[in-house]
Amino acid sequence: MAAVFLCRVLLSRIGYCRCYSGWHGEHGYIPSLGPQELGEYQVLLTGAKPKAKTDLPSMSSLTEKDRPIVQLLLSAGTCPRCVLRFCCVGSQMLYRLPHQDLMKDLQEFLKNSQEKEDTVCLDVADPPCKRIRLEHIREEGADDLNLNGAIPELPLAASGNTATESSAGKVCNVCLGILQEFCEADFVKQVCQKVNSADYQFTSFVFSVSLPPQLSVRERAAWLGVKQQMRNLGLPFAKDDIVQLKEAYKWIIHPQLSEELGVPADGKSLFEVSVVFAHPETDEECHFLATACPDCFKPAKNKQSVFTRMAVIKALERIKEEDFLKHFPCPPSSPKNLCDALEIECNNGAVFVAGRYNKYSRNLPQTPWIIDGERKLESSVEELISEHLMAKFKADSFNFSSSGREDVDVRTLGNGRPFAMELVNPRRIHFTAEEMKRLQQAINDSSDKIQVRDLQLVTREAIGRMKEGEEEKTKTYSALIWTDKAIQREDIAFLDDIKELKLDQKTPLRVLHRRPLAMRCRLIHTMKSEYIDEHHFRLHLKTQAGTYIKEFVHGDFGRTKPNIGSLLNRTADILELDVESVDVDWPPTLAD
Amino acid sequence: AERYFTRWYKPDVKGRPCEDFCVLQHSNRICVITLAEAHPLLQSGKTIKNINYQISANCSRLQNKVSGKSKRFLTELAPLCRISSSDGEEYTIYSCIRGRLIEVNENILSNPALLQEKPSTEGYIAVVLPKFEESKSITQGLLTQKEYEEVLMKRRSSAS
Repeated sequence: MAAVFLCRVLLSRIGYCRCYSGWHGEHGYIPSLGPQELGEYQVLLTGAKPKAKTDLPSMSSLTEKDRPIVQLLLSAGTCPRCVLRFCCVGSQMLYRLPHQDLMKDLQEFLKNSQEKEDTVCLDVADPPCKRIRLEHIREEGADDLNLNGAIPELPLAASGNTATESSAGKVCNVCLGILQEFCEADFVKQVCQKVNSADYQFTSFVFSVSLPPQLSVRERAAWLGVKQQMRNLGLPFAKDDIVQLKEAYKWIIHPQLSEELGVPADGKSLFEVSVVFAHPETDEECHFLATACPDCFKPAKNKQSVFTRMAVIKALERIKEEDFLKHFPCPPSSPKNLCDALEIECNNGAVFVAGRYNKYSRNLPQTPWIIDGERKLESSVEELISEHLMAKFKADSFNFSSSGREDVDVRTLGNGRPFAMELVNPRRIHFTAEEMKRLQQAINDSSDKIQVRDLQLVTREAIGRMKEGEEEKTKTYSALIWTDKAIQREDIAFLDDIKELKLDQKTPLRVLHRRPLAMRCRLIHTMKSEYIDEHHFRLHLKTQAGTYIKEFVHGDFGRTKPNIGSLLNRTADILELDVESVDVDWPPTLAD
Repeated sequence: AERYFTRWYKPDVKGRPCEDFCVLQHSNRICVITLAEAHPLLQSGKTIKNINYQISANCSRLQNKVSGKSKRFLTELAPLCRISSSDGEEYTIYSCIRGRLIEVNENILSNPALLQEKPSTEGYIAVVLPKFEESKSITQGLLTQKEYEEVLMKRRSSAS
């Protein structure tokens, strides 16, 4: 019966007229069919996607058992879409129909039920025309109500009137307007204006909505109210899955947003449009939960409200029905105002840019060197690279990381050190290989202190590969060493033959103020010496990652053993250090 | 490596003549406690018999790592170790600055000669980290290199 009712709604929407034996319209003639077939036609004619098998178990039609629910909720001031939700109507299409039309149809549905009730409690003395008409109805069912000019208007029962009056034009007592005004084209325009003015680059979007916690309270109150009513009427009320507010909202608003923005909605999208709704008028409605379930509400940090959405939901799970009914009207009362859409914000997921950098200055820290608010050295590797990336990608902020670090006074030569830059909330995300090359050139032209290569976009996972390098890979260095006592070529030649020299290094004094005291064992794989004069020689070394080279040379008060001093039986010091290579094969080398 | 250290001196600690100490303060505020050149233990002819980090029944500076932070906090006159020489003399080495004891030099236990041969580097006694707030003030009770040299000059002139 009721599937037919809904079909009627749709068929009349697209220009069909009901006649005795079937339906006539511009698309042709459809003979009167049972609910099943009409349902299928409905799908075909309106071009809607057939419902997936995974739809809600309870079906997309209003049945007899839904009447008291519709009655109760409409008279309490619930909007038509919320009414459909509570009747477990799962057809997304229906929610997208204009709410005025849905309201009219629900009223018709009630009117029909009203008449049905009338037949039951009718007295024997019926005017003959009425009797005929009623019998006619009994035969044909609800679909006859629109017979052209056939049936005069039946007086509606009092409750029927209240139902229509209560809901028409009022703010919904359950969704506080979310499924009303905030589904309209005006709001969609408002959101899209915000998105367009924020000037982001995106190919899809995810729309996330933050609802005020009292909506959960009201939802529960409506459900309890319905449950009570059904119990009073002695009707069964199974705990079917009521359509969630957020889900229904997304059914309605996604297609509209998608059309305006020109891109599809995608749950996995990196571009997020978020709206925060608030309803200050009813904020205190959650407070009774604190007395009923005090341990759900921990003391607030930073003067923020204790009544967070999570806390409220937790309390609602715990509170007993009787307690809830005592403290809160079920179904809930109508509010005066709509919700406010507080913030409409856009956020793009982070992008990652990787590359390798060379450092040619002996006076440049990797990260800004600031003590007590005072900058000790001008600029840094990080800043020289990020300046250009931030401008091009138009990001809010960045996170710089690299495969190990070097001191201020150490140069990085060879292929350079791998680094990765996370750009947070970038406005621009699409760059061709050509554009990246140009960006790389711009960075290189702007400074002689650093140079970058292999600049490319990478995924978040790729960063893990870089950090692997820090622990596992080898590095090669070139050190300029001074000795106090004179040396001859023969005195240092033996160094070249030492392989896999094992070092015991205590945490160097120069970093002891910020690192814990520890002993680390490290390997010097190979060495190659270059005699310069009686007090100087150059040493090339290949070492395990994490070896402190300077301390290996001067010994750090004997806390690194062995060291060059102990090996040569002299006092040695390091004058210059260069990183010759960082042996990590990431990021991929790019052809020039 | 010593270029990063500033030298501070404390002469005649606890009134004992010539028992001078030199504190090497790194620019990162880490301090290395060493014997100053004038210290009796560094004069020719002295042989070190024993170095003992056990300064009392309950406290051994070697056990430093195990105990909590509070036990490792030193005052200026906290003893670090006791050194006895073969001529029967006993010397106590004091912290000279307030702060947290990071480590004592175990190399001199196995090789006491190190203390005499390289007192300012490998023969150091201990490493102490002053509190961040006190890092500047700790040197107030100590002498700069120049001031110490004046003390040395005075000693020489009064001796002769």
